[in-house]
Amino acid sequence: MTKYKQIRIALNNCGVIDPENIEEYIARDGYMSLGKCLTEMTPQDVVKEIKDSGLRGRGGGGFPTGLKWEIASKNKADQKYVVCNADEGDPGAFMDRSVLEGDPHAVLEAMAICGYAIGASKGLVYIRAEYPLAIKRLKIAIDQAREFGLLGKNIFDKNFDFDVELRYGAGAFVCGEETSLIHSMEGLRGEPTIKPPFPAEKGYLDKPTNVNNVETFASIPIIIRKGASWFNKIGTEKSKGTKVFALAGKINNVGLIEVPMGTTLREVIFEIGGGIQGGKKFKAVQTGGPSGGCLTEKHLDTPIDFDNLIAAGSMMGSGGMIVMDEDNCMVSVAKFFLDFTVEESCGKCSPCRIGNKRLHELLERITKGQGTMDDLVRLRNMSNVIKDTSLCGLGQTSPNPVLSTLDNFYHEYVAHVKDHKCPAGECKDLMKYFIIADNCVGCTACARVCPVGAITGEKKEAHFINSETCIKCGACIERCKFDAIIIQ
Amino acid sequence: MTKIKTFADLTKMRNDLQQTQALVDMADSSESVIQIKVGMGTSGIASGAKAVMDFLIEALEKRNIEAIVTQTGDMGYSYAEPTIEVKKPGKEPVVFGYVNLLKADEIIEKYIKRSETVEGIIPVNYHTIDN
Repeated sequence: MTKYKQIRIALNNCGVIDPENIEEYIARDGYMSLGKCLTEMTPQDVVKEIKDSGLRGRGGGGFPTGLKWEIASKNKADQKYVVCNADEGDPGAFMDRSVLEGDPHAVLEAMAICGYAIGASKGLVYIRAEYPLAIKRLKIAIDQAREFGLLGKNIFDKNFDFDVELRYGAGAFVCGEETSLIHSMEGLRGEPTIKPPFPAEKGYLDKPTNVNNVETFASIPIIIRKGASWFNKIGTEKSKGTKVFALAGKINNVGLIEVPMGTTLREVIFEIGGGIQGGKKFKAVQTGGPSGGCLTEKHLDTPIDFDNLIAAGSMMGSGGMIVMDEDNCMVSVAKFFLDFTVEESCGKCSPCRIGNKRLHELLERITKGQGTMDDLVRLRNMSNVIKDTSLCGLGQTSPNPVLSTLDNFYHEYVAHVKDHKCPAGECKDLMKYFIIADNCVGCTACARVCPVGAITGEKKEAHFINSETCIKCGACIERCKFDAIIIQ
Repeated sequence: MTKIKTFADLTKMRNDLQQTQALVDMADSSESVIQIKVGMGTSGIASGAKAVMDFLIEALEKRNIEAIVTQTGDMGYSYAEPTIEVKKPGKEPVVFGYVNLLKADEIIEKYIKRSETVEGIIPVNYHTIDN
């Protein structure tokens, strides 16, 4: 297995089968793993197989899946639940959507396998209503599986019942956190609660509940089919198997990829991703979405796995990778993610609700050129407090984009504060448009196109831009044929 | 009435389906036919995959080319949507990117009819679980 950089495990059937035709899934050994579990394995065997495989949760945290199943299986209750977390919310991430749209049966089969392993007869998919196509295909898949007897009562005549229903979320980011997700399914506000009790103990309707991410589930049927020892040969010592990434941003080959754990960022970005758009210079890659951090040139040769990314100040997250080039201002990037977090904070705990808002205000000030060096100290201190004291994963990770940009691009922050300049030229408030008098022939083209009348000057004489009136729209630069207008 | 009652039922159904598929894939069986898959994930559809699929179905019928056109999920090449995969009997499947209606027409006329190369082929770049 060395010819190609990618191995498709979770994406095995994605883009291969017709997702609306169960027979195509069956023809590719679909539901055979469920059959194997029910006929040849005890629930304990299944848990052991998943534990041995070394599979870790693909939703972001990286908790060992087998261990999660084991805890849920040991808790006794009259009813347990299997929940599939399809509340993918990171900006720029679309792995789960693609899996559900391309291979919905794999998720259903894995949920049934999980049900058998932990002793649950009900499965719920928590999916955001913004994914209408994924919902449609899941519904079709559930109907077909029921019709074929692969969901429902007495599956394979083995006295095992399992059925799946959908629950829709309204697309709140915090609902990807498992306790919030469960509350949302119960019809309550999507707010997290303190763990313990963990969902495996007291989850949906206070019953033991096992929550796994879409991609985690999508890997399960293959692990059962090919065996734990096949799966755990792929990847690194502590992170086994493959990971799906959604490449986005300023990269040539935007799209979905699946690589073995331990692949380096350089291989992902420059070989599979085809490098940076327009031949520009690579600046940073943001992994882990709003909870992750920016990795730079010096991290390019780091093998990607759960632990290495955390050590580098980011995290795996669900697998979004946003690539940035030299034109991206890192202070603006941090502000963009904080924008998102402030919007998505549920407001239950004050560090996240108030702290993130204050962080955002500080960043706003800095990008306007009104920041001070004290602000930079304050940014870091406040970030650490928010991380340490927030209730759930959202607040505990939301300052990561700020901290990692402070660590890796401190000079850009300083340039904003001290020199009132944005090195990447992205912060509009810090830009000034000038006319180089020597180059200006006085053609008046710029003055005519300026929407706010900021440019004055006599015909055939050098013009002048009034920076107080200028809105920095750039219309004059586009119009000038003599390269007489520059931005500073 | 459920179709699959036991694991043996499922295994038989899979074997039957695989056999039928093998006949369709083969170069010289009476069942063999050109198979086209259109990537219809959200990103494909947003780039116009539906129109491409409709065009392919209509054009192939008009030009008397026997083919099966089906939808599939996201092939992963978001930058090159819409993407389609064409499998001629007895040959390895070929994935084409940037398939607009013009390109689809070119693929039918050149690649399907005359086996000429057409630009926009996305080479295989991954291992499957079996190789």
